[in-house]
Amino acid sequence: MHEPFVKKSILPGFSLSLGFTIFYLSLIVLIPLSMLFLKTSSLSFKGFIDVIMDPRTLAAYRLSFGTAFVSAGINAVFGFIVAWVLVRYTFPGKRIVDALVDFPLALPTAVAGIALTELYTPTGWVGQYLNVWGIKGAFSPFGITIALTFIGLPFVVRTIQPVLEDLDPQIEEAAASLGANRWQTLTTVILPIIFPALLAGVTLALARAIGEYGSVIFIAGNMPMKTEIAPLLIMTKLEQYDYAGATAIAIGMLLISFLLLAMANFFQWKTSKNLGKA
Amino acid sequence: MSARTEPKIIQYFLIFIALAFFGLFIVLPLVCVFHNALAKGWGIYFKTLQDRDAIAAMKMTVVTALIAVPLNLIFGVVASWAIAKFDFKGKNFLLTLIDLPLSVSPVIAGLIFILLFGAQGLLGPWLIAHNIRIIFAMPAVILVTIFVTFPIVARELIPIMKSQGNEEEEAAMTLGASGWKTFWLVSVPNIRWGILYGIILCNARAMGEFGAVSVVSGHIRGLTNTLPLHVEILYNEYQSTAAFAAASILALLAIFTLIAKSIVEVAVRRGI
Repeated sequence: MHEPFVKKSILPGFSLSLGFTIFYLSLIVLIPLSMLFLKTSSLSFKGFIDVIMDPRTLAAYRLSFGTAFVSAGINAVFGFIVAWVLVRYTFPGKRIVDALVDFPLALPTAVAGIALTELYTPTGWVGQYLNVWGIKGAFSPFGITIALTFIGLPFVVRTIQPVLEDLDPQIEEAAASLGANRWQTLTTVILPIIFPALLAGVTLALARAIGEYGSVIFIAGNMPMKTEIAPLLIMTKLEQYDYAGATAIAIGMLLISFLLLAMANFFQWKTSKNLGKA
Repeated sequence: MSARTEPKIIQYFLIFIALAFFGLFIVLPLVCVFHNALAKGWGIYFKTLQDRDAIAAMKMTVVTALIAVPLNLIFGVVASWAIAKFDFKGKNFLLTLIDLPLSVSPVIAGLIFILLFGAQGLLGPWLIAHNIRIIFAMPAVILVTIFVTFPIVARELIPIMKSQGNEEEEAAMTLGASGWKTFWLVSVPNIRWGILYGIILCNARAMGEFGAVSVVSGHIRGLTNTLPLHVEILYNEYQSTAAFAAASILALLAIFTLIAKSIVEVAVRRGI
């Protein structure tokens, strides 16, 4: 006996709603996205590799993925602290801080871009102090990392927060009664439990940062080989009507991103398996 | 001191670090927008906002959102009905496909529509022969906006509809209500806060989208410029005050979005 495609239900409208869903999905998402692969197939393998391995493309990939990793790391640490403080402590203005965590998602990226640039130029509110230390704020990989950290923060905080809230108090009490101090409880009990959520949040932040465009292009400076991110290189190729080149760079970006996502999923699967054993 | 708290001094230290990080990354940029927008006083501020191109850009942004949000709302409600109320094969795969636009770079989102409708694109020659403009015109701006905001409403509604189960609808049907009546009088009221929440988030993204729109719009002033693109043009022309004035409208939209979002969350928690 074959299992039926859909389980029986007295509710109507299954074929209609699923049909419309698939139709609209195909029209808006699947057909346009399939263009990427259609266009790549018109490219020879050598042509594809030539674009991907071009020093300027490699420099852009390195910059995009490098700054995305650093910003995700910064958010892993500070996002955890922000989530911890919001869940565990009380302080004035906590509700406002909690609501403002989503600000980077609500603020249009172009606005974030020009505001951060203005702050980190050598004469800006923050940039002038960095300047004293000889650090170039805007128009450097440092500036790109700042913008990506801004964009990624909500992803990390919002994935850790619910897990911290649901944490069973008895686990920590048990650790304490067995003689663990707070630091030991944190590193050996709490962190392993929230690690999958932390990893998920960091992965989301990373994925967003790799493709990010609006908040970065103003602060980046956009010097080829130095501060040119991969999405900007796609834009440049498009402006030169080099559709094939733009597509090749996009496919390269997507391939590396999917590889990263697969790795994160694997680690998550492994840690949850280890936790199950313990 | 209980087993679940740290010494006060460590609490204060962690709160200080969290707030300092928060102030530097979230509050300072926000203050910076309004400070720069009002740098030359309220008079100049309102004057730059009444500029012809600025008004055209605002109109363009509103029209785009007015088309994109309702379409994605209809999709979100229909898709969540199919996905939350029925069990069928390949459901998880369908969910992954629906989420795709969120994991694609905005620039790539723009790129795929150029590949489809651009002069050298798949449908380009046909469109040129029939004198239809999509790329570097309003239709492309609206299409990419629909693409980037595609999953937002559906993602909000599917978990809500799922958590409510099918009992109420099944009861209504057993008592003789028609499918449509059940949908409108039972299902829709149950997800009304989710719908509002989805509209708020979808609208914020639709009005604020920059990268994808930037690729396909061609930056034609007064014609295809949305407000975020207008901000970019002014800033690149070193018209800082005007750029930040336009940006402040978008920042206000973001603040309004967060407030509306918080109100809905409170309403849901209180079970209204």
